[in-house]
Amino acid sequence: MPVISFEHVSKVYPLPAGDVVALDGVDIAIEQGEFVLVMGPSGSGKSTLLNIMGSLDVPTSGEVTIAGNRIGGMDDDDLTLLRRDHIGFVFQQFNLIPLLSVVENVEYPLILKGRQNGARERAQEVLEAVGIAASHFTHTPGELSGGQQQRVAIARALVNDPDFLLCDEPTGNLDSKTGTAIMDLLDRMNREEGKTVVMVTHDPRMTGYADRTIRLVDGRVAE
Amino acid sequence: MTFFDLARRNVSRHWLRSVLAVIGIVIGVIAIATLGIMGNSISLMFGDMVTDVGDTLVVSPATGVGGGKLTERQVDDITRAVGSNQVIPFASTADKISVGEKEGGAMLYAIPAGDIPSLLEVESGAYPRDTGAGCLIGSELAANSRENGLKLGARVRIGDETLRVTGVLEERGMGFDINPDYAIVVPYSWYSNHYDEDEYDQVIVKVRDVNDLDAVKESIEQRMNRREDVVTIMDTRGILESVFAATDSITVFLMGIGAVSLIVAGVSILNVMLMSVTERIKEIGVLRSIGTRRSEVMRMFIYEALFLGLAGALIGGALSFCAGYVVTAVFVGNPDYLFDPTSLLYIVFGMAFGVITSVASGFYPAWKAAQLNPIQALRHE
Ligand SMILES: Nc1ncnc2c1ncn2[C@@H]1O[C@H](COP(=O)(O)OP(=O)(O)OP(=O)(O)O)[C@@H](O)[C@H]1O
Ligand SMILES: [Mg+2]
Repeated sequence: MPVISFEHVSKVYPLPAGDVVALDGVDIAIEQGEFVLVMGPSGSGKSTLLNIMGSLDVPTSGEVTIAGNRIGGMDDDDLTLLRRDHIGFVFQQFNLIPLLSVVENVEYPLILKGRQNGARERAQEVLEAVGIAASHFTHTPGELSGGQQQRVAIARALVNDPDFLLCDEPTGNLDSKTGTAIMDLLDRMNREEGKTVVMVTHDPRMTGYADRTIRLVDGRVAE
Repeated sequence: MTFFDLARRNVSRHWLRSVLAVIGIVIGVIAIATLGIMGNSISLMFGDMVTDVGDTLVVSPATGVGGGKLTERQVDDITRAVGSNQVIPFASTADKISVGEKEGGAMLYAIPAGDIPSLLEVESGAYPRDTGAGCLIGSELAANSRENGLKLGARVRIGDETLRVTGVLEERGMGFDINPDYAIVVPYSWYSNHYDEDEYDQVIVKVRDVNDLDAVKESIEQRMNRREDVVTIMDTRGILESVFAATDSITVFLMGIGAVSLIVAGVSILNVMLMSVTERIKEIGVLRSIGTRRSEVMRMFIYEALFLGLAGALIGGALSFCAGYVVTAVFVGNPDYLFDPTSLLYIVFGMAFGVITSVASGFYPAWKAAQLNPIQALRHE
């Protein structure tokens, strides 16, 4: 069974100037362990697609199944718990919590699950796995470089052992060398840990990392 | 690391505005607690001043009738009206007295010798006999005039007669019937002889069963005031009740003023919390995207308000104690009233109100934070 499945999914934003169709009858199935790129021009619906995959948003019509759960009819709490237990997000702007130290940021999703025991050890283990030195654990995110922050963000996304990672332009704010290092890290997580990765990018050079690429044009999948 | 931790860190990150918000709560708590203590001390003070509560009627001549005195006959009528309850008629006057060489003025109460023991307690010495020339002196008069020779066993000259002080009275406090603390009490028979007087100023009726008070009052009314108002009857319990009602409403009024300042403090908490939410919209979006529930976001902000409230209440409570001491010592003149449990309760009350106000003020911003759409919050710059 695919870990993410979209059947005739549409998303319409009703605006005073007329409806905006962000997604228009999208059918997608992503299998466990795949590395999938989502590409397309600006405004083609990539972020909308990723938000629905991440149960941050719900479709206007169509059927979405995430990690075996049909999201139709779920309330806000159900969707939140689905995110917490099955999905890891990585953002373009890293989005670490400035109030928390590096290790606390990574620990946070475990605390949300009520796992106080061993949370710190697990967070440190994952941080080491993404290449953050132990001396940086107690720093605040602002004291780290962009590449380091994105590694911490990936550690935070991975710490709960999610079914898949959703990355919206994770290298968009990084120089190309650091970007490549991040891509290598995601690639390693995909091949060594078997993590499913869905990633939005504008960079055609990234296609080399992916098993396949979904191209969106005007909210439709272009073959 | 918990939601409480997160809240605490956010409070200390913006410590200056947190301190300002806390100061508002501190002032509110102090205002409620000290004004409450002040009102409460006033009623405690009344309670201490007034003795003989509730079982006494005081019958006085209605003004303008019979020269303001009660005759022997009228007293007899009253005695018949009240059945088996005790009737104590008395007269009072002021006169010059001298002890040895010293002269002065004093208030005299003339009470039938047999009735004195049921009205007044002797602290030292004995009650005067009906026939002898003895008198009692009030506690304050005794305390103030000792060096002038006015003490137990002293001889007091009034006009051309001499009275011996047979006893000193216990302190009685302010009453609605007589105030003997600064006065001399003489047997009515002596007074009647000395001043050639056979009328009374007032009659005290001691009602044995407080529940009969209204019935006894009614019975006197029936007998004495059938055609015209000959006497007025004062019911000490009724007066006391209205005094206490008045002091209670003073307390409520004062605390109302305190509550207003707490409302102002609440608005400042609301303001600080709204600022905190607005600044952290993006952060809320992130928290939501990684699986924080609405209720958990809400809890985080409520904790923040709780934190400010607790800090304000603790500081305010401690300062209220000091302010309460000043208020009771300076305005009421007796700091002991602060340590009365009913006064201390107002500090607890003020603190509880401080915490409740903070949390209540934090509720709306917290709710607003929880209702944010995660995608829009994430996009927020
Ligand atoms: N909340 C919203 N309200 C109204 N319209 C929206 C909203 N979100 C997205 N849209 C519209 O939906 C369409 C798809 O937006 P989306 O953000 O998914 O594009 P994108 O492919 O991620 O673009 P980019 O590459 O610039 O990030 C756009 O036309 C956008 O204007
Ligand atoms: Mg986008």
